[in-house]
Amino acid sequence: MAKFRIKRFNPEKQADPYYEEFDFEIPEGATLLDCLNHIKWNMDGALTYRMSCRSAICGSCAVKGNGHALLACQKQAAHLLKDGSDTITIEPLGNMPVIKDLVTDFKQFWEKIDQVKPYLQNNEKPPAQEREQSPQQFKKIDDATTCIMCGACYSDCQVLAVDNKFLGPAALAKAQRFVGDSRDQATRERVKELSKPGGMWDCTHCAECVERCPKPAEPFYRIKGLMESALKEGVTNNVGARHALSFVNSVKHSGRLNENKIPIESMGYFNIKGLLDLLPVGLRMLLKMKIPPIIHKPIDDVKDVQRIFEEFGE
Amino acid sequence: MKFALFTGCVAKGATRELMLATIKSAEALGIDFVEMKSAACCGAGVVSEKNPVLTDAINARTFALAEEQNLDIITICSTCQGNLKKSECHIDSDAEYKDKINYVLKDGGHQYQGGKIKIKHFSNILATPEGKALLKEKIKRPLTGLKAAGFYGCYILRPSELSEYEDPDNPKELEELFEILGATPVYYPSRIKCCGFPIIMMNKDASHELAGNALVEAVESGADCVVTGCPLCHLSLDSYQPEIPSLQKKHYSIPILHLPQLVALALGFSPEEIGMDKHIVSTAGLDKILAQHA
Repeated sequence: MAKFRIKRFNPEKQADPYYEEFDFEIPEGATLLDCLNHIKWNMDGALTYRMSCRSAICGSCAVKGNGHALLACQKQAAHLLKDGSDTITIEPLGNMPVIKDLVTDFKQFWEKIDQVKPYLQNNEKPPAQEREQSPQQFKKIDDATTCIMCGACYSDCQVLAVDNKFLGPAALAKAQRFVGDSRDQATRERVKELSKPGGMWDCTHCAECVERCPKPAEPFYRIKGLMESALKEGVTNNVGARHALSFVNSVKHSGRLNENKIPIESMGYFNIKGLLDLLPVGLRMLLKMKIPPIIHKPIDDVKDVQRIFEEFGE
Repeated sequence: MKFALFTGCVAKGATRELMLATIKSAEALGIDFVEMKSAACCGAGVVSEKNPVLTDAINARTFALAEEQNLDIITICSTCQGNLKKSECHIDSDAEYKDKINYVLKDGGHQYQGGKIKIKHFSNILATPEGKALLKEKIKRPLTGLKAAGFYGCYILRPSELSEYEDPDNPKELEELFEILGATPVYYPSRIKCCGFPIIMMNKDASHELAGNALVEAVESGADCVVTGCPLCHLSLDSYQPEIPSLQKKHYSIPILHLPQLVALALGFSPEEIGMDKHIVSTAGLDKILAQHA
């Protein structure tokens, strides 16, 4: 017998959400969505959730299972029973307000998608037939085009949990789909906009979105693609880009990161506020003699590393 | 046991106490580490923001250096571990790509063959049956009474396909090690979350909130200290701790240890011998807890 512990909330009736348990035997091969349907059709018709295709294509049924976002129709319920536990906890997606039970409000999710201008920008007169792309050109955006807008990445994004202004993984992945599109003519304007606070450089590399994405869209890798495009376009007047350039430069020169230099170069020599921001931690570390050695020694055989950097155009 | 030690940059810079504790604990355990003095930085997921192929090439050179010594690579940083594994996966899954990289490595006298060596974090080695047996045999001062909260670091967990753990959403390696060392593991949800370090300069408020949420949770779960296998997490959680607003508000403070320091303590080293006096947040309270239970 399995226990389905479901987070319920009806704002018209309750002040706060609560958990309700439903016990039944999981039929062999049943997905989590099959189980939700079983509850709704046989145990409590008021249970509310989104669903449609049952084939991991429409992206409607994303919920949290045991604390992590997933597509209910893509996950076998029995696979959520781990370490001898008989309980599966089902909750609405995170980082969004709840409308009722497992249904969340995607308003802000869509606003952020809108913000990245998710359409082709090309002022040339359209050709008689379609605008063509080679297979190699399409490969650059292939993964991003697989996004089904289920909101799983948005739900579990660790930065969004603490900063609502962050565009978030889904919108940034969608942005990469157009930044990387050979037919789009707004690449530079796009990466300039996406380099502002709340954009690509606010991603904390936690790869939570890669883990939760049910498709190959895997937003973190698309965000890395955006960073590469921004640096290629020379959009470097921001902390994130300066940090990347300083890092590359340091490894090129010594084979290692120069930890004394990178905070200052990242902030920018004329960014007084940014530099002052570094002072407290710098002083704390200095007082404990915790600062990296002043003389930054290169690794052995650094010349070979420098040669490889040059071979790859750095 | 003999390994090629990939120190990473931070253990030779801002967290030299990690290097100290690693060497001391390895010596006491009889593990032979040969430092990879000509290996370059793993790129930390930052060099690849500019040039992903270059990152893989530099890491392939590191793998080739280990292959030449016929030694598996040991990392002491979750970030190094994750990034080396990522490059290994990129190169091993594409023969044409490997040839392209090897063509460039050739002039330096190196060739990466692939499949010959393994890349493991120090904690992975300690958690093998051999490692656990070794720890049990060499412990001089069990850490009885100490409640330790693990903090894994993102790169060792995600993406899960590159992780050593069977279930990266619920890893148990650090906690199992704590138990062997005599300490009591504290389980709390944030142990698998981000410390905020990668955006410390881009979005300080968000970074501090990430670190603060994890530390508040650790304190309120009853932990005496947080133990991490990643020096970048250590910087975020220790060096920045006095300025994290959510902790200040609650008047909380919690010492942060590198995993090798916890191991070295149980092996009988004094806190000073393993650089615990270099931490920003005092670790003195831990001595008292251990003394009470001695």
